[in-house]
Amino acid sequence: MSKEIFYTRLADNNLILGHRLSEWCGHGPELEQDIALINVALDLIGQARNLYIQLGELKGVSEDEIAYKRDAHAFYNFLICELENGHFGTTMMRQFLFDAYHNFLLEQLTKSEDDFLKTYALKSIKEVRYHLEHSKKWVLRLGDGTQESHDKMQEALNLLWPYALEFLAFDKIDEQFLDTDKLEKSWHRSVKEIIDEATLNIPENTWPQKGGKKGNHTEHLGYILADMQFLQRAYPDAQNW
Amino acid sequence: MSTSDWPLWEVFIRSKQGLNHKHVGSLRAVDEQMAIENARDVYTRRSEGISIWVIESKHIHASLSSNSESLFDPANDKVYRHPTFYDIPDEIGHM
Repeated sequence: MSKEIFYTRLADNNLILGHRLSEWCGHGPELEQDIALINVALDLIGQARNLYIQLGELKGVSEDEIAYKRDAHAFYNFLICELENGHFGTTMMRQFLFDAYHNFLLEQLTKSEDDFLKTYALKSIKEVRYHLEHSKKWVLRLGDGTQESHDKMQEALNLLWPYALEFLAFDKIDEQFLDTDKLEKSWHRSVKEIIDEATLNIPENTWPQKGGKKGNHTEHLGYILADMQFLQRAYPDAQNW
Repeated sequence: MSTSDWPLWEVFIRSKQGLNHKHVGSLRAVDEQMAIENARDVYTRRSEGISIWVIESKHIHASLSSNSESLFDPANDKVYRHPTFYDIPDEIGHM
């Protein structure tokens, strides 16, 4: 059971963040960056799919059943994944905070005793290393850029930091699969290093915004699901449409 | 952020080991690192390559089409520059 919950959390983070990023399609600030963002979105949705297929085998249902027929409270993604994109800088800041976490998480899972997770992580980490390189460079470029881009990135960080702290809200299930202390330390250290280099400041005295991984979501998830699940709900299994 | 601020880059991709880098197109990027990353995202998403070269377009110097008569036409009637007048011994086979 805890295995199913852990897999679902990983998958839902990827699917919901992937969906959010896909909203940039046709709206990127540059053609090249539009394509780059959509590549990341597709990577994440592909990773989610691998997990849903495995979950489907464990539960004896189809991947679509899991992705498209659950309501918001049964989704276990972090709140930060469902937040609206904001401007390009906000999207890149969220991506950087998540990519850094995702990278260290997968690094640990490449040594997992769970065979499926190990294979999954070895395949996915190649993609995620690139995601991190991409978002890290944008945080540096915009944070340490003009006064305007700096201010916008600081605003983005102030907004997102409390949500990013949900990455570190580990529970007993996480502890079965991860060295949570090590994950927390490596994430903190590497994020702080880049934020410093980008001449930004991590906000102090903030309270974590959490609940997503237990199924308590912001209003945004409902809208995402309405959009994402419409076809399955209106035309089950997309048989006649 | 307007595109005109970003320099243009030419992209060359090596599709596999042993082949030359081939010109595949151009893109906009602020620096060489971003140009390589953009090239990766724009031109290699369907496994087209194993190596990327980028060069800022302004560094490429091209021949002028107005000169093309004097540059290229003189070669047209010099067939002896092609090694087609040698008899190849049968033992060599296909060359």
